[in-house]
Amino acid sequence: MEKGKGVMGAGRRWAVDFSDNSTAPSSRDIPDPPGFTRASVDQDDSAVSRQKKDAEANWKSQKAWEVAQAPFKNLLMMGFMMWMAGSTVHLFSIGITFSALWQPISALQGVGKVFEPYKDNKVDLLGPKLLFIALNLGGLALGLNTLGLLPTHASDWVSSLSPAQEVEYSGGGIPL
Amino acid sequence: MAIMSFIFVFFFFSSLQPILSLYEDQVGLMDWHQQYIGKVKQAVFHTHKTGRKRVVASTEQNIIATLDLRRGEIFWRHVLGPNDVVDGIDIALGKYVITLSSGGSILRAWNLPDGQMVWESSLHGPKHSKPLLLTRNLIIEKDNVLIVFSNGRLNAVSCIDGEVLWKKDFEEESLEVQQVIQPPGSGFIYVLGFAASSQFEMYKINAKNGELLKHESTAFSGRFTGEVSLVSSETVVALDSTGSILLTISFHNGKISSQQTPVSNLLEDSPGLAVIIHPSVTGIFAIKTDAATIFIRVIGEGKLEVVEKTNHETVVSDALSISEGQQAFALVQHAGSSIHLTVKPAHDWDSNLLKESIKMDQQRGFVHKVFINNYIRTDRSHGFRALIVMEDHSLLLLQQGAIVWSREDGLASIIDVTTSELPVEKAGVSVAKVELNLFEWLKGHVLKLKGTLMLATPEDIAAIQHMRLKSSEKSKMTRDHNGFRKLLIALTRAGKLFGLHTGDGRIVWSHLLQSLHKSESCRQPIVLNLYQWQVPHHHALDENPSVLVVGRCGPSSDALGVLSLVDSYTGKEFSSLSLVHSVAQVIPLPYTDSTEQRLHLLIDADKHAHLYPKTPEAIDSFQSEFSNVYWYSVDDDNGIIKGYALKTKCSSNVADEFCFDSRELWSIVLPSESEKIITTATRKLNEAVHTQAKLIADQDVMYKYISSNLLFVATVAPKASGEIGSVTPEESWLVVYLIDTVTGRVLHRMTHHGSQGPVQAVLSENWVVYHYFNLRAHRYEMSVIEIYDQSRADNKDVWKLVVGNHNLTSPVSSYSRAEVITKSQSYFFTHSLKAIAVTLTVKGITSKQLLIGTIGDQVLALDKRFLDPRRSVNPKQAEREEGIIPLTDSLPIIPQSYITHSLRVEGLQSIITVAAKLESTTLVFAHGLDLFFTHYAPSRTYDSLTEDFSYALLLITIVVLVAAIFVTWILSQRKELQDRWR
Repeated sequence: MEKGKGVMGAGRRWAVDFSDNSTAPSSRDIPDPPGFTRASVDQDDSAVSRQKKDAEANWKSQKAWEVAQAPFKNLLMMGFMMWMAGSTVHLFSIGITFSALWQPISALQGVGKVFEPYKDNKVDLLGPKLLFIALNLGGLALGLNTLGLLPTHASDWVSSLSPAQEVEYSGGGIPL
Repeated sequence: MAIMSFIFVFFFFSSLQPILSLYEDQVGLMDWHQQYIGKVKQAVFHTHKTGRKRVVASTEQNIIATLDLRRGEIFWRHVLGPNDVVDGIDIALGKYVITLSSGGSILRAWNLPDGQMVWESSLHGPKHSKPLLLTRNLIIEKDNVLIVFSNGRLNAVSCIDGEVLWKKDFEEESLEVQQVIQPPGSGFIYVLGFAASSQFEMYKINAKNGELLKHESTAFSGRFTGEVSLVSSETVVALDSTGSILLTISFHNGKISSQQTPVSNLLEDSPGLAVIIHPSVTGIFAIKTDAATIFIRVIGEGKLEVVEKTNHETVVSDALSISEGQQAFALVQHAGSSIHLTVKPAHDWDSNLLKESIKMDQQRGFVHKVFINNYIRTDRSHGFRALIVMEDHSLLLLQQGAIVWSREDGLASIIDVTTSELPVEKAGVSVAKVELNLFEWLKGHVLKLKGTLMLATPEDIAAIQHMRLKSSEKSKMTRDHNGFRKLLIALTRAGKLFGLHTGDGRIVWSHLLQSLHKSESCRQPIVLNLYQWQVPHHHALDENPSVLVVGRCGPSSDALGVLSLVDSYTGKEFSSLSLVHSVAQVIPLPYTDSTEQRLHLLIDADKHAHLYPKTPEAIDSFQSEFSNVYWYSVDDDNGIIKGYALKTKCSSNVADEFCFDSRELWSIVLPSESEKIITTATRKLNEAVHTQAKLIADQDVMYKYISSNLLFVATVAPKASGEIGSVTPEESWLVVYLIDTVTGRVLHRMTHHGSQGPVQAVLSENWVVYHYFNLRAHRYEMSVIEIYDQSRADNKDVWKLVVGNHNLTSPVSSYSRAEVITKSQSYFFTHSLKAIAVTLTVKGITSKQLLIGTIGDQVLALDKRFLDPRRSVNPKQAEREEGIIPLTDSLPIIPQSYITHSLRVEGLQSIITVAAKLESTTLVFAHGLDLFFTHYAPSRTYDSLTEDFSYALLLITIVVLVAAIFVTWILSQRKELQDRWR
């Protein structure tokens, strides 16, 4: 994320504009250096600028994918920690379970903010966003599963199944 | 994994586990208790001394009780054992109640004021005979003496300590002693009786030492029957066995002279068989024939004269000596809706000492017994009070032409109980009379709040308690939201139906069933049972609910049946049917017609099934289910259980389309030399089961085998069917069966060697709990059997369950032969049992508790978790989390879990549980001689606030919080403003 900030326009202290393509010498107080022909620069000026923009967009989307994949490492770490903590009721394991629940929730809340730097009309952020959400949901599921709140067992589906209706009816007993 | 969910569950349960008892101030809020004594057999007044006037009564339920003569409340009461029948009671020395019981073998003296036993002596003799108790003021050597004739022996017993002073045997084999007389002021005793039914015997005995002074006998050509009536101190009257000749026998100075008078001489029309009633009014006796009661006076030497002949139902009291040498007796006659009480002096028939007419509730039936007592009015004339016992077993005290008090002692012999809803509260009907006004409501809540905040003074606390106990809310006559207010409909042995309000136990209505009354067509009516006939809900709400009373005319099983339909709201009998067939079984079917009348199948002695109600609609709905209806009968005498299906129409009577023949399908014949059926149990028809799955540790599932056609049968070795300890463990065993009653398949059979009955069992959901005696361990045991359906066990694929691709909800047939497994376990239990029941909730979600009627006549709640066959000595962690209790060899009895708290339900017979509308709560009604009712929440009332929850406190808290929010908001605004100005 630090790297991403470096390319932002707002972060520059000074700048040299190499893309000044005005041909009139009157506009400049400094004469052209000897051997410099302005015409050749003018020739491929637009191509260079496009190239630059493309590179930036590429870089942005690459970064966005990286950011989107970041929770995966988190997930692995969480899983490992939970495995280490075991299933006993313990202050440590309670803490881990709650952090496993809290992290994905807070991350999901801030989805827009995380991907804001890579906003660009040329960059498609939908894919990374979806991946990011999916991975966080996975983390949340891991936490919920630890709490036993996911219906992953047969018992979760049959626990309130009413008894089957009986076809036959029989009554009687010892005569009155 | 899955720890966290269990953390909550664990804390939840651990916080919830221990206290299920009541606080002291909660007694009487939800429960009520009523005490009864039963039908009075004999009553003796104690009004001589100053102080509290009382009456001592012995009843047919073997109770001795003293009642307050002013209000009819019980001072004290003793329940003798079921075999300890009271033969006679009397008061001796003005301070002891003397009772003779157990066929004259036990004589006891009780202290009159407090009911403590003073002494007891057992009187044995050479042979069994009619027990007679005589307490005159006989004094031998300054000792007051009781003369008791029992077991063929005449005993003189000291009043002071119960010591037998002398005894005289009458060993002659055929002698039947009928009377023991001690003429006042004389020092001898006459023992009168019949020998070989045709010889009159008279023994004159010295009262001081039991010496035989004289023995005379005279032969009579006919045979004697029954009673002799003593008409004077030396004359008796007897009837011969044909009931047509009256014998007057006098034994003046030891000489017997007799005279025969044919009854037809006294009466013009031949009266048929006569019996002598009420033998102890001097000079007068009465004979009763089918049509009339005839009073006959003895004049001079054996001459008889009819003084009155009444055709009404007439009851005569014993003679009461009112002054020196003067006796009086009372007559009670019915006349329309009132009764006439007449007290006459014994010597003069035509004059009356008292004649009163008292308006009497028709629902009490005829007068059965009358006991009188006199008192001296302020003008020194004699006043009389009469205690009368009615046909419905109620007891009334009459004085000065009015009913002073009445006791509904018929409720001591309840046969069956069912419940009914109360009427729905209609919008138009104002309940403002019972509703408190706003001010009082507020006052009540302020008081409650004071109580909560511990600011209340003792008077306030008393006021709060009074308010809680007398809450009008619980005794309203309308349906309530929680389903706590209901009508308990109780059928008593006397054939009376009572509607009791569950809120406070008051009698809402009571009716003597006319159709089960003695009549020409039905001479000996017996009430059998009570069923819910119509329980309207949903679309038939405007109908009143009704109950069905089934009776029969006569004690034999092939006597004709009687049906009576009674409206539950009013208690009025709106329809009755005299059946043309007998009633052997009544089977309520799980089908109703459009007015919610339940279809019933009545099986007669010839195994024909009759469908009721007899409407075309009923038969239409029955036809569609015809092939699925089966019935079974358990013949406990022969050890045969048979199952039947219905064939088409009865072959015998062509016209009756509601009659069906039965076809025998299966039979289980138990070997009569080794097994005798002692107990059966089935599931309650109205029991709701929430789920078919049982979740066990590690998220695993077991499927319960839930079938309403399950029958539990317990058999014992025929030798071992007697008392506990009558056999050795080797020759005693108990076999239990679980039988499917559709196919006759024995699902489970288990033998308990060395065990013996009596067995009490309860079947619910997929388990049965039963109680028996283990002869080897010399202790009572309780066992549990749980039955699971193994053929469903492989329904464990989550995805199949998610998409609903399973057969768990499809209808099951008993013919599909489900593979079952059973689990069982046994535990020791301290008490012997009188009754056992299980809590019943409306949806069956709440965990179950067993309600155990202990031998001490209390009701004990025992969590079903203690009777879980999966208990083990060291349960795994997961099992502990599931709530499995480590195995112990005996079941704990937690003193706080007696739901009857400090009360006793004397003579406890059965415990009835009814579901309230609130899922957490069961209504429990226990009856025997006493009645007890309470609300019981097996897992506490998790779905409602407790009754003592302070709404006022909640309200105040909310108001304070809102106010605080406003205040702080204003303050913060002001501060912000100041900050900005700075």
